[in-house]
Amino acid sequence: MTTVDLRGVTCPTNFVKAKLALEMVDAGEVIEFLLDDGEPVKNVPRSLKSEGHKLLGLKEAEGYYILTLEKGEE
Amino acid sequence: MSDEKKSTAIDLKNLKAGGFIKERGKDLFTVRLRVPGGRLPVARLKKIAEVAEKYGQGMVHLSVRQSVELININFKDFDAVVAQLGEGTQKVASCGARVRVPTACGGCEYNPNGLVDTQKSALEVDEKLFGTPTGHHKFKVGFAGCPFDCPKSATNDVGFQGAVWPVLSVEECIGCGLCDKSCTEGAITMGEDGKPRFIPENCIYCGDCLKVCPTEAWRAEKKGYTVRIGGKWGRRPLVGTLFAEFLPEEQVVAFIAAVLAWYKEKAEGQGRVRLGDVIRAEGPEALLACLREQFPAFVVDATIPPQAIATQVGKER
Repeated sequence: MTTVDLRGVTCPTNFVKAKLALEMVDAGEVIEFLLDDGEPVKNVPRSLKSEGHKLLGLKEAEGYYILTLEKGEE
Repeated sequence: MSDEKKSTAIDLKNLKAGGFIKERGKDLFTVRLRVPGGRLPVARLKKIAEVAEKYGQGMVHLSVRQSVELININFKDFDAVVAQLGEGTQKVASCGARVRVPTACGGCEYNPNGLVDTQKSALEVDEKLFGTPTGHHKFKVGFAGCPFDCPKSATNDVGFQGAVWPVLSVEECIGCGLCDKSCTEGAITMGEDGKPRFIPENCIYCGDCLKVCPTEAWRAEKKGYTVRIGGKWGRRPLVGTLFAEFLPEEQVVAFIAAVLAWYKEKAEGQGRVRLGDVIRAEGPEALLACLREQFPAFVVDATIPPQAIATQVGKER
């Protein structure tokens, strides 16, 4: 599974980086994003959902969050 | 002396609803244009630019209430300005003791936070109520699509703020906790069973939980406008207070009309007085009771009068 570390990247750059990473994988593939607490974890999942990707879950790790999602159809 | 020299022919009907505002310079006026919700088709904007270039002195002003104002217009050109703007279907706005052009945020069509169609509401109110004389003072209406409230709805005589009431269908919830993370108001907490718990008294109806939920487990049980009444700015600002919740978009015009009718009646004989000050004098219960008759499902049980905002903070007394 692809993991993209977006920790230390602020909004909206983290979302744009997530979009670029999603361009590299096929629809249906599962990908993980590491997100900082605060604005990133509040905004990035919601924005990715509105782009048509399927959010699978959110796990809290040490000081950050792991968002798992399945890439939607183009 | 001929009649022609004594007077300039101006169609006074153009001036009736206001919108022509005297400037400092001799013969010069500002012409305030009617742009409900601040949204303007580019073709109309081009026509405005054309007229401004021809009759103004190279500048326009964008008002705080989302209007384009043609500045430095000679009053002799009023008729020509009105006629040429009309070719681009642009109308002149109002001033004085009337219902003003409503303001609105971008709304829900393209703004990710928007919960209701504020642009549609602004157009509807503009069509049905714009220019209505109040008999007392100006009357402002504004629409915000969500509790972020960029248009500062509570500073209007009647201010509307988009709202949803969330409800969870537990079967569809995957327990991801994104709603808990998204809720900045402490209205959602994760229970021991790994499912979210809703704490209704903390909810401000922003709908962030619905927007983030991956499985649509959170849904809107009610959607509409939070309505605050009696706000104004100026020398003695007031913040409008809560009078109704989840007012359906279709009832906005009727609701404003009811508030206007109450205002017209209660302010009778008081001269130039704003709605908020009338509510402070009469007590908010009087208006609540009047609105409850027509909108029983949406008017709140109790409220407080519009609140004075101290603007001289820091000034020594």
